[in-house]
Amino acid sequence: MATSTQQPAAPTAGAPAPRRRRGSRRFSGRDKLVLGLMLGVPTVLHVALVWLPAVLSVVLSFGKWDGIGGVSSIKWVGADNYHQIATNYPPFWPAVHHNLYWLGVLLLIGTPLGLFFAILLDKELKGSRFYQSALYTPVVLSLALVGFIWTLIYSNDQGLINNAFGSHVDWLGNPKVNIWAVLVAATWKHVGYIMVLYLAGLKSVDTSIKEASSIDGATEVQTFRYVVFPALRPVNVVVLVVTVIESLRAFDIVYILNGGTNGLELLSVLITQNILGEASRLGFGSAIAVILLVISLTFIITYLVNTFRREAES
Amino acid sequence: MTRRFGPTSPSPREVGFRVDRRTMLKGIAGAGALAAVPTLAACGGSSSPSGSSAPASSSGGAAASAGTGSAGGAGAAKGTITFGSNGSDAVPKAAYQAVADAFKAKNSGADVKINTVDHNTFQEQINSYLQGKPDDVFTWFAGYRMRFFAAKNLAGDISDVWQNIGADFSDAFKQASTGDDGKQYFVPIYNYPWAVFYRKSVFEKGGYTVPKTWDELKALATKMKGDGLAPVGFADKDGWPAMGTFDIINMRVNGYQFHVDLMAGKESWEDAKVKDVFSHWAELLQFSEQGALGRTWQEAAGNLKNKKSGMYVLGSFVGQQFTGADLEDLDFFAFPEINPEHGTDSIDAPIDGLMMAKKPKNEEGAKAFLTYVGSAEAENTYLKTDSNDVAANKQADTSGYNALQKKAAELIGASKNIAQFLDRDTRPDFASTVIIPSFQSFIKNPKDIDGLTKNIQSQAKSIFAS
Repeated sequence: MATSTQQPAAPTAGAPAPRRRRGSRRFSGRDKLVLGLMLGVPTVLHVALVWLPAVLSVVLSFGKWDGIGGVSSIKWVGADNYHQIATNYPPFWPAVHHNLYWLGVLLLIGTPLGLFFAILLDKELKGSRFYQSALYTPVVLSLALVGFIWTLIYSNDQGLINNAFGSHVDWLGNPKVNIWAVLVAATWKHVGYIMVLYLAGLKSVDTSIKEASSIDGATEVQTFRYVVFPALRPVNVVVLVVTVIESLRAFDIVYILNGGTNGLELLSVLITQNILGEASRLGFGSAIAVILLVISLTFIITYLVNTFRREAES
Repeated sequence: MTRRFGPTSPSPREVGFRVDRRTMLKGIAGAGALAAVPTLAACGGSSSPSGSSAPASSSGGAAASAGTGSAGGAGAAKGTITFGSNGSDAVPKAAYQAVADAFKAKNSGADVKINTVDHNTFQEQINSYLQGKPDDVFTWFAGYRMRFFAAKNLAGDISDVWQNIGADFSDAFKQASTGDDGKQYFVPIYNYPWAVFYRKSVFEKGGYTVPKTWDELKALATKMKGDGLAPVGFADKDGWPAMGTFDIINMRVNGYQFHVDLMAGKESWEDAKVKDVFSHWAELLQFSEQGALGRTWQEAAGNLKNKKSGMYVLGSFVGQQFTGADLEDLDFFAFPEINPEHGTDSIDAPIDGLMMAKKPKNEEGAKAFLTYVGSAEAENTYLKTDSNDVAANKQADTSGYNALQKKAAELIGASKNIAQFLDRDTRPDFASTVIIPSFQSFIKNPKDIDGLTKNIQSQAKSIFAS
């Protein structure tokens, strides 16, 4: 849609010169080739490695297959897998709930805590380097290791908490308690991650605007609320996305603690239990995977729509 | 505070074998396993099996022409035999190596190359492994899991090997090595019994006697409770140990055949017989350690060792958690009789052994090796290194057994029927995705037996129908 004869508007003082529309430039053949390769190769790879398997999983979710023999041995059963999951698979609904708890806790507790620590560290307190490392350490550890560490803390007969306080809480075995116990561990890890993201964001906020607002008589809290926080908007978006992804793909920690059963069911674990290993219920597992994909897509699409809308507005 | 925490893997010095549970030892062992990526041609669960190998039913390839006159064990094997092993712990690894070395010493023209893969990984990838490029021989388990792969045409028929070694095995072992089509697919090496373990000193001090019947067991448990012990140790955090308790009560109440049929999906879980098992189990739960779902079997074994609990139903691998004087003090008895009709004629005593690939590269060598593995000599060699189990071969030398091994051998010998354990006797998808959560919910709420069995049955119906 490039208008070939563009009438450059007379630049008015102060107003930015209109940007030339992208795409109106003529690319030489070589440019096109380079661009084509640079965009094409990743696109092909992405489609082949991400979207093709995803689509195949959707297809597979309408069949029953134990993975032995060729594709011809797949028994097509229509939506039966979905029906079974919803009505005849006790771990499914708890798993959905637990994924939502996970999201809620990370979003409402983990993320604000991370922001809070980031603000404290941004104050350049004494020993802030030490605190920074201490809070960030869990992020570096693999979740499998985190799971192991918390096993030592929560263990019923030999764990740290029950021995130190003489309590008799079955932290990991009681299905009413264990999801929250695990969420503490997950939050512990998540906080460090969020803290680092916000810290980077805070460091990039210009100190002059903070000074300006305090000269105008704003309190510390007001400064943060009306000046600093809006400036962190790009970081907020990243944090939101990271949090959602983290809570949907939560897996390793519960898998280490008790294999993701008995109150620690998560969708990712159910997929693993059904597809990997000897169970080999490929169709059934794929159906759960498709459900997880749909949930993820809802978040992703909402986020993308928002971003594009904002870009269009600006 | 004790040093031994939950899910650490037992130290290599003591572990003879890892019970074949994928759920087991998720802890450090699992993390470590990721580092030790197997160099198997057929690993990688992501490769779609559809493209990797032609359906095995395609009438015999070039490899399947070795004929029947297999090597009679000595001096005939040639070439390299590949051996896929799940014995990733130090002890079984050394034991398999010793067997392979002894075989090589007898067959100068042959070489056995062992590819050891982490135990759980091996199990989880077995489907793609067998459809890809499996080793000539590989470790596996007797029972349904063996018959399943035989029926799916993924295992090699070794009936001719059995013609050479058959005389050394009891009928129970031969039965456990036989597929649905009446041919043999499996060479047993060792097994280990499930029983009720206790400390002799605890029994002496409390003046307890070994219970022979269900009522005596309950009376003893009541007495123990009065003495401040947790009568029956119990742990089911990993989901599989409780299967042992269900199995043994089921076989005591309904007998071996009912166990087999129930596992095969031929009996309904809503049958009154099954409900009877659960109501017996509910009685036992009153005497069992509380908080079982947050406890690993290692921790429960620790409680038995520290004299906090009086008895513990587990496989003989419980001995891995005992050393020195504690091990001397450990003893066991067969689970008491419930129904006089069946007495104590059945136990769980899972058998581990070897199988042959459908189309081994070196069939003659593989059969020669399997013939050797089935010999008393090879089993002696294996058990010299790994002393937690009992040899499957009748002729094996038992003079080197420790007291527990001797007793285990007696118990197995005295049992008319040997079951393989719930998750080896039924479909793996049923055991892992239905039974584990169901038993755990039973432990949480033993009152709703009707709802529970109804639930299991409706899932069983949908799984066994496929």
